[in-house]
Amino acid sequence: MSLWRKLACAVLVLVVCASLAASWLAPSGYAKQYRDATDAPPSRTHWLGTDEIGRDRFARVLYGTRISLLLAPAAALISTFLAALIGGLAGYLGGVWAKLAMAVTDLFLSLPWLFLLIAVRALMPLNVSPVFSVLATFLLLGLLGWTSAARVLCASAGSLRDSDFVKQARAAGIRGGRLFWVHVMPNLKPVLYAQFWISIPVFILSEANLGILGLGVAEPMPSWGSLLKELEGLISGGEEPWKFIPLFLLVVVVTSFQILFSKQEEVAA
Amino acid sequence: MRLLRESLRAFAIKGRSAVVVVMICLGFLLGHVLAQGGELRFCLRTEPKTFDPLKVEDDASNAIRYLTGGVLVRLNRQTQDLEPELAQSWKVSKDGRQITFKLRSGLSFSDGSPFSAEDVAYTMQQLMDPALHSPTGDAFRSGTGNVETKVLSPTLISVTFPAAVAGLDRLFDQVAIMSAHSPKKEMAVLGPFVVADYKPGATVLLQRNPNYWKTDAQGHKLPFLDSIRLDIQPNRDVEMLRFKRGELDLINALDSEYFDKLATSSPQLVHDVGPSLDSEQIWFNQVARAPIPGYKKTWFHSATFRRAISAAINRDDLSRVVFHGHAQPAAGPVSPANKFWFDSKLKAEPHNPDAAIKALQGEGFRLENGTLKDPNGNAVVFSIITNAGNKYRERMATMIQEDVRKIGIQVNVVTLDFPSLIERMAQTFDYEVVLLGLTNVGLDPNEQMNVWLSSAENHQWNPQQKSPETAWEAEIDRLMRTQAASADPKRRKDAFDRVQEIVAEQAPFVYLVNRNALSAISAAVHGASPVILSPQTFWNAERLTIGQK
Amino acid sequence: MLAGKIARHALALLATLLVGGLLAATLVRFAPGFDVDEQQLDPHLSAESMQALRAARLQDRNIFRFYLHYMNRAVHGDLGTSVSLGEPVRTLLRERAPLTLRLVGIGLALAWAAAMALALTAAWLRTSAYDALTTMVSGTFLCIPAAVLALLSVLWNVPGTLAIALIVFPHVYRYARNMLAKAYSQPHVLAARARGIGELRILFWHVVPVAGSQLLAVAGVSVSMAVGAAIPVEALCGLAGIGQLAWQAALARDLPLLVNITVLVTLVTLLANSGADVIGHMVRDQKA
Repeated sequence: MSLWRKLACAVLVLVVCASLAASWLAPSGYAKQYRDATDAPPSRTHWLGTDEIGRDRFARVLYGTRISLLLAPAAALISTFLAALIGGLAGYLGGVWAKLAMAVTDLFLSLPWLFLLIAVRALMPLNVSPVFSVLATFLLLGLLGWTSAARVLCASAGSLRDSDFVKQARAAGIRGGRLFWVHVMPNLKPVLYAQFWISIPVFILSEANLGILGLGVAEPMPSWGSLLKELEGLISGGEEPWKFIPLFLLVVVVTSFQILFSKQEEVAA
Repeated sequence: MRLLRESLRAFAIKGRSAVVVVMICLGFLLGHVLAQGGELRFCLRTEPKTFDPLKVEDDASNAIRYLTGGVLVRLNRQTQDLEPELAQSWKVSKDGRQITFKLRSGLSFSDGSPFSAEDVAYTMQQLMDPALHSPTGDAFRSGTGNVETKVLSPTLISVTFPAAVAGLDRLFDQVAIMSAHSPKKEMAVLGPFVVADYKPGATVLLQRNPNYWKTDAQGHKLPFLDSIRLDIQPNRDVEMLRFKRGELDLINALDSEYFDKLATSSPQLVHDVGPSLDSEQIWFNQVARAPIPGYKKTWFHSATFRRAISAAINRDDLSRVVFHGHAQPAAGPVSPANKFWFDSKLKAEPHNPDAAIKALQGEGFRLENGTLKDPNGNAVVFSIITNAGNKYRERMATMIQEDVRKIGIQVNVVTLDFPSLIERMAQTFDYEVVLLGLTNVGLDPNEQMNVWLSSAENHQWNPQQKSPETAWEAEIDRLMRTQAASADPKRRKDAFDRVQEIVAEQAPFVYLVNRNALSAISAAVHGASPVILSPQTFWNAERLTIGQK
Repeated sequence: MLAGKIARHALALLATLLVGGLLAATLVRFAPGFDVDEQQLDPHLSAESMQALRAARLQDRNIFRFYLHYMNRAVHGDLGTSVSLGEPVRTLLRERAPLTLRLVGIGLALAWAAAMALALTAAWLRTSAYDALTTMVSGTFLCIPAAVLALLSVLWNVPGTLAIALIVFPHVYRYARNMLAKAYSQPHVLAARARGIGELRILFWHVVPVAGSQLLAVAGVSVSMAVGAAIPVEALCGLAGIGQLAWQAALARDLPLLVNITVLVTLVTLLANSGADVIGHMVRDQKA
């Protein structure tokens, strides 16, 4: 294992352990408001300072890590699976199926899904539990986030359809599902890995943006996305570098995942 | 010789004095010349929807109307007194139905067409057209029937309404006079500036109206500025950035957190003139047909419940934390900034969670393991909806969530996009509690008729009642009609004071805070004097100057 | 033969556009808040004015009637009038399209230049240190919210095109890096190396062409990404383009404007992706 991958592994283990130990590392919790110490800089009591209504930022980062680290990869897995199924299958089958699938994909890419999300929020009861709200949000992201990769997978599968090893497999009598899953799909892994790793931070950020529609993580629960939204106010005001910690953490975690699993990407390649 | 020396000395002294006098005069002239001209730059937060002054319904269009429109009378935003503008004088009849204006003579529109009583008549006819449906026109609608205009002479006109209009003369502050004859229609104006260019999504450029009639006390023609550039910029972070970089000259309604950031580096640029007329409040859904559980309707219909929630909310913390001290706990529907109409007997509900619990226990509620339950055992849980993107409301909602948690109530905060919010509030009534605010509130409570009348659409907590469902709403109806029909300020004040007291007792709206009027003005701007009334910073735009003094 | 193929393709394009417009109209129509207007909260309005306001919004309630009228007018060049801005949609789009095209075009070019430069060097060097570094760089931009990148471009007074480039570049880089790595692992590369062909020649003659059709697919998709990125960038940078218009239209539930913008975006997406497909097919046929 190279030094980089050992480092990546160590970082991930540290982050996961810290988030699991959140109630011990930050016993005050993510919701308690220290109203006499709002927007405070880092101190012995509040290691990353407090937010605009006095909640401990360190606690919010730890608890937010749990939600984002668990749900964003799950949503990324859903979108990657759907992309593989729709795009990969369409490219493999070719002909009118590919054209139809890609027309649907292009429509999916162009439609204003904002309104579907607004409609979904309207259908949900107002007093829905925060857990349900956040699960529904990430599920929706997963169900809508497959389109870009599907296009690329269709092109990749299409180019594999006429490759020598597929012809050989066909000649050997391998057909249909087995040919697709055993011979074509593994060769799509580089694209699938790319889709998966890109989707994680994209979904984390999208979850925060969905707050404008009433979806996403509900107050007072934190998420990385909601913590990252604080950065917008920094641009016009602030010399408060500690507010960049959630961004730094997200970059480190995403990069660590990518470095750690890059070997798998190379093997897949 | 001595005589010569003395003469020379006297001449030198006189000469030096003369030079000094000349230099002072030159300096004055130069300073005056330097102070004139220039371009004032600030932002509009939304795209203006119209340049037709009669159809104005949004803030951006209203700002343009203020800067370009000539009005008969002007409410001085500083003194809050009504002053003559295009009208030299006016008289309102005793019954409040008729107003007669004596107009100034010899004035022209920006395109040179002459101004006369005919233009006023034309404007009023257009404004009162039933098909227009504008807030400006609707403010004059007091009863069924036509509005009659009579041109008595080129400088004398009377306007008669079918019924008394409360605060009739003040309403003309919003009526920009249009030309009856100019081919330029609404683009021919009588105000200090005229719309010169409009790039949709980008800017509106106003230039000096060469035919503007007003002069200053020294006889200099107004406005001093050459132009005003209004950039369309919805994002407050970007607005703040541009102000700090010197690309903007003022921020008309500054957010409190930016106020503090700017005050740290440049305290002379920011202004806090005290509580504005704006307020933030919550209300409970009292609509009988609302699709919410019956037991929740029972809670929300109880004045005791509403006042208990009000007592549980820490308004001092809201003012201090959310608005950084640039707000004050609100006592009722009228801000203390509205000196005449504010009922000084009212005080903001003090933060008292113990009293809140006690009051609820009196209604049969009880605390079980930290959870408040109603007499039927239902845990007290409700949602507060507010508009997403308004960080102050989001923070207030989160703080209220924490405040009521201490008395065992669970609140779910839901932020929605504005159209979804309006649909729930005004059409489907599928909500429990709403957190919103009133902005651009006028001074006269008659403007809020459609909020207080139980049959009105904007009677937010239970609109469009066929007949008042409660005795106190019936009383409010009666009081509002009394003040609307009266021309006597004292009688009107007494009636509306009583309305405020009923609202404090029954708490259909739980008032939270009155925000302060905050603004930022660049050092290059001279003559600015921010006020509470909108437009806070450029209310005297025709007298502002830009540049070094 | 060719004419028939083009005609069939054009027909498929048109059908997709029409379906896209209808679906967009349906989504907007049935989303909450369609029937309401912010003006309803204005207490100055009389009951009659409120009623007139509601009646105006009810005009477009029947989505099929709306869409039929829309198509009938569109055939004659009339794209309708924006409900929120009161201007003809055609004028609005014509005024704003050039800015968005420039923004998206230059942003895409910069994104691809940066992504391919990094991906090609990563594929050529194949060292874990460089890979880790480029992963970190692209990962950083992937994790920064688009709104923050847009605000930074205002702060640093750089064009909005750079913000779009930084939003799109990490997506393109990740795909390109993996595709090039995969192409490098093909047996013909080993054979080329065994024959003594230089690394640079192997990269540009034997690796890039193999990944070519997939990269073209990424190119087609990156156009949609750039168009999507234009919305927050234009809205925040105060650029009067189609992205800003789309955001305003969404907030106001402006049906005529949203339908037209969706049709326009669908057309751009279809053209980009179809173009990528066609070129990809040509490349594959040539290799065959």
